[in-house]
Amino acid sequence: MTFSGFRVIREALTGHKGWTPLWRDPDPQPSYDIVIVGGGGHGLATAYHLAAVFGQARVAVLEKGYLGSGNIGRNTTIIRSNYLLPGNQPFYEFSMKLWERMEQDLNFNAMVSQRGILNLLHTDAQRDAYRRRGNAMLLSGADAELLDQAGVRRMYPWLNFDNARFPIKGGLLQRRAGTARHDGVAWGYARAADQRGVDIIQNCEVTGFRIEGGRVLGVETTRGYIGAGKVGVAAAGSSSRVMALAGLRLPIESHVLQAFVSEGLKPVIDGVITFGAGHFYVSQSDKGGLVFGGDIDGYNSYAQRGNLPVFEDVLEGGMALMPRIGRARLLRAWGGVMDMSMDGSPIIDRTPVEGLYLNAGWCYGGFKATPASGYAFAHLLATDTPHETATAYRLDRFARGHVIDEKGVGATPNLH
Amino acid sequence: MRLPCPICGERDRREFYYRGAALALHRPDPDAGDEAWADYVHLRDNPAGVTRDLWYHEGGCSAWIVVTRNTVTHEVLGAELAEGAR
Repeated sequence: MTFSGFRVIREALTGHKGWTPLWRDPDPQPSYDIVIVGGGGHGLATAYHLAAVFGQARVAVLEKGYLGSGNIGRNTTIIRSNYLLPGNQPFYEFSMKLWERMEQDLNFNAMVSQRGILNLLHTDAQRDAYRRRGNAMLLSGADAELLDQAGVRRMYPWLNFDNARFPIKGGLLQRRAGTARHDGVAWGYARAADQRGVDIIQNCEVTGFRIEGGRVLGVETTRGYIGAGKVGVAAAGSSSRVMALAGLRLPIESHVLQAFVSEGLKPVIDGVITFGAGHFYVSQSDKGGLVFGGDIDGYNSYAQRGNLPVFEDVLEGGMALMPRIGRARLLRAWGGVMDMSMDGSPIIDRTPVEGLYLNAGWCYGGFKATPASGYAFAHLLATDTPHETATAYRLDRFARGHVIDEKGVGATPNLH
Repeated sequence: MRLPCPICGERDRREFYYRGAALALHRPDPDAGDEAWADYVHLRDNPAGVTRDLWYHEGGCSAWIVVTRNTVTHEVLGAELAEGAR
């Protein structure tokens, strides 16, 4: 089934009776060439790229719940490539370029909206830091503009420019950044992978690995044993739990990150605004809800719900930046489990177990990376060599001292 | 979340600074070697369930305490002074 404007009109005129499920619901086969553990954004993107780019046909994605039920189903939907360090920025710009062609590649409306992201600055030192970051972005082929206060005023005249602690002096703008429909991304990748022969097996939790002579042979699951030539784990917040089944400890702590949505409002914010100094960022969904968040709660948690201190901190940041939201009512809040790595950057690498590969450590920024993460992980699984933009994401970089620490806070995951 | 400081009693989480897993109490010997130190600094058990972690009572008595709690339910099971804890 191919989606098109013509198809939508035809279905509208014939009672919408021609739509079919977007993917099959197959039982697991006895074995596959490649098994992906985790049916979230990164796992599904990996499966899609394995089939579409690297010609791998016998691929399965195992998901313990339902497809896209983790962080891809609940996040604040921002896509951007405004990093600083050489190990990171080319990867995220590669991801941005994949976002720009995703809907055509997948024949699926993921509602990619390049509405721009503005990082506010408040001091001379921050302006210097953002100028440097903007130059790093330009060098990687991304776009970046440094705005003065008048430039920010033209975009968002209603911001609180005269906050006593953090007066707004300008901002770093990336116009190609924006938002995408998060679960549409999961559905689009799932449908496109399924069309190319990938088996997506839901309600299938991995309970162990069969490892002999240091090589993985397959996975034990709640739906029986499944043999595998290679196993790629993309389990996000559950990475430590899954890899412990293979006897591995990771440089990762799981933390809870909260996010919030207001009731639907008329259009008030047409882009994404980040107020890093106040621990607050916000955009507005197409349904009208203000979608916003701030810091992680700051202690290890698998609870998928947070506590009140960060809740208050985020709302205070919002009120400091844009007092006009004070009378909007909060519709809902939720918490997700983040795989916070020791340097704040991800891991896409082989592991000490032959045939077992790891994609983890995305911290609170995995959504924007979804396309490139899938592409790079597929590249690694198919060719046993890292993709050219992901060569720094090694598992052993911590022991070697080659960390990629954007914030420069060291091995303290709760501060990244 | 409220944490039971052994000195001050049950206090709001805002009064505490978090320092991660209590393995910091098991610092390797200075000459234990690169691998032992790299593991100590970077690798974590990261359990889903009962864990022991270090909190500093910054807004109270300034004691370092080891809190035993459940990472899945946020239930706090107990706390002791880090001094003497193992």
